[in-house]
Amino acid sequence: MTLLNKTTAELQSLLHNKEITIKELTEETFARVAKTDDKVQAFISTNEEKALERAEQLDNEPVENRGPLFGLPVGIKDNIVTKGITTTSASRMLEDFIPVYDATVVEKLNQAGMVSIGKLNLDEFAMGSTTETSAFKTTCNPWNLDHVPGGSSGGSAAAVAAGEVPFALGTDTGGSIRQPAAFCGVVGMKPTYGRVSRYGLIALASSLDQIGPITRTVEDNALLLQAIAGHDEKDSSSSSKEVPNYIEHLTGDIRGIKIGVPKEYMGVGVGEDAKNAVLEALKVLESLGAEWEEVSLPHTTYALPAYYYISSAEASSNLSRYDGVHFGYRSEDAKSLDEIYRKSRAESFGRDVKRRILLGTYALSAGHYEEYYKKAQKARMLVAQDFANVFSKYDVIISSAAPTTAYKIDGEPDDIVTKYMGDILTTPINLAGVPAISVPCGFSNGLPLGLQIIGNHFDEATIYKVAHAYEQATDFHKRTPAIWEEK
Amino acid sequence: MTKVTKEELLAVADRAMLALTDEEADLFTEDLATFIGYADKLNELDLENVVPMTHALQQINVMREDVERDVLDRDEMLRSVKEHQNGEIKVPTILS
Repeated sequence: MTLLNKTTAELQSLLHNKEITIKELTEETFARVAKTDDKVQAFISTNEEKALERAEQLDNEPVENRGPLFGLPVGIKDNIVTKGITTTSASRMLEDFIPVYDATVVEKLNQAGMVSIGKLNLDEFAMGSTTETSAFKTTCNPWNLDHVPGGSSGGSAAAVAAGEVPFALGTDTGGSIRQPAAFCGVVGMKPTYGRVSRYGLIALASSLDQIGPITRTVEDNALLLQAIAGHDEKDSSSSSKEVPNYIEHLTGDIRGIKIGVPKEYMGVGVGEDAKNAVLEALKVLESLGAEWEEVSLPHTTYALPAYYYISSAEASSNLSRYDGVHFGYRSEDAKSLDEIYRKSRAESFGRDVKRRILLGTYALSAGHYEEYYKKAQKARMLVAQDFANVFSKYDVIISSAAPTTAYKIDGEPDDIVTKYMGDILTTPINLAGVPAISVPCGFSNGLPLGLQIIGNHFDEATIYKVAHAYEQATDFHKRTPAIWEEK
Repeated sequence: MTKVTKEELLAVADRAMLALTDEEADLFTEDLATFIGYADKLNELDLENVVPMTHALQQINVMREDVERDVLDRDEMLRSVKEHQNGEIKVPTILS
């Protein structure tokens, strides 16, 4: 393994000077996946034949026509549809579903000249925080194979951390990019709601879902977001706001940047190691000329219940399309149309998916709608206003990306409230629709910790600026798990 | 604490078109009761004059020109359908 240790700029220079070809780089990527993925289990499927064919074609493209990501390998979370390539969302329901079109982000990766290596594991329909609810496999944390990679984009974060691919796409509804990025010691960005088209994303909760990049460095992350961001007429919730040049903002100069640190994010339920890592990171940022103060997001404690009502309600509606008739799993012993619906869903959805469908249907039912769903939407407004208040005075908000390091496999609590508490630091961000990144900020017992940097709507550029300056002043992103060295 | 009965849960499952085993029904009844009990903390908030937030961005009437364009191919779409005949999806008899 040699090539994947290189930075994106180094790889491009090798390609430009014809020291390697895109085909060789692609072959090495598959060799790497073949060697490592037996242990990590990040990929649900790979498409070597198609990828090598494409790599050969790309090699013919003149160097002057190539952008910064041209010819580089990328993995795609398996809830993003890919034309002609099985897209399962890690559910038995879609085990043999072959989409007839590409998601807009996939088209954009193709336009950028990237080579898709395969589809990455996730919690079933992106519902979970450990990737254990996948119907197909349990992905392991590359830093310690007895631990989970986080979720739901666990396959994406683990593949990048294990050095299988330098770039991956994840999706984030309540923390599903940032928490696995934190658990795996990589960089994960959830963009502003509307920054990236959701066309072709298998919906979990449509008012919260966003697709975003997972990479090893902040610079790579900015390059990948640059490639996928922008308005799409196929997703009317995507924004027509201009996409800034993110790389231009990676100046290292963060003098005068004002940071708010919410006291609620440093309180009950957040582990000491996570809190200490944030305090250490603030010292680094201060030494670079940024200023920080404690602030308050007073409705934080209401975000989690509001999030679970809203996301489950939207999920129950989105998942009603899986009826066993049009596509997806169909029960074999259904004797009537009604039984096709009920049995197909019962036999192919996992327990966590059923639980959320039931909670969502309950919250939307006549007699409960006002009491639960509408109340949650009102609480959402208060949570969003908290952020608006802080962003009127501060450039970014900083916290830990997760309350702890990665859990042990099978170690997640059974009690659903305790389980959902793991999402307290990430769900408010989705409710408000603002962007946030996780960057590596330390280790505890050999497992990574992530620093969450939250920005105002459509201000990913400032997040990247701060994240990059912090990254360059620390060496956490340069450390690699032992699995990198294994022959 | 909010009570969710097994009958209520089964009624919800019926609306959600989900056949449940008895064991699942017991488990989910308990889960829903636990969650709703916890989420009752939303009642601490004064929400009288708060407008519900339905979307992260407030966009109204996003329109585009209505132009003719290529649509997905029927044969390709039917590839993911379990049973079909003459370009139509097959289901069990619904009238008897």
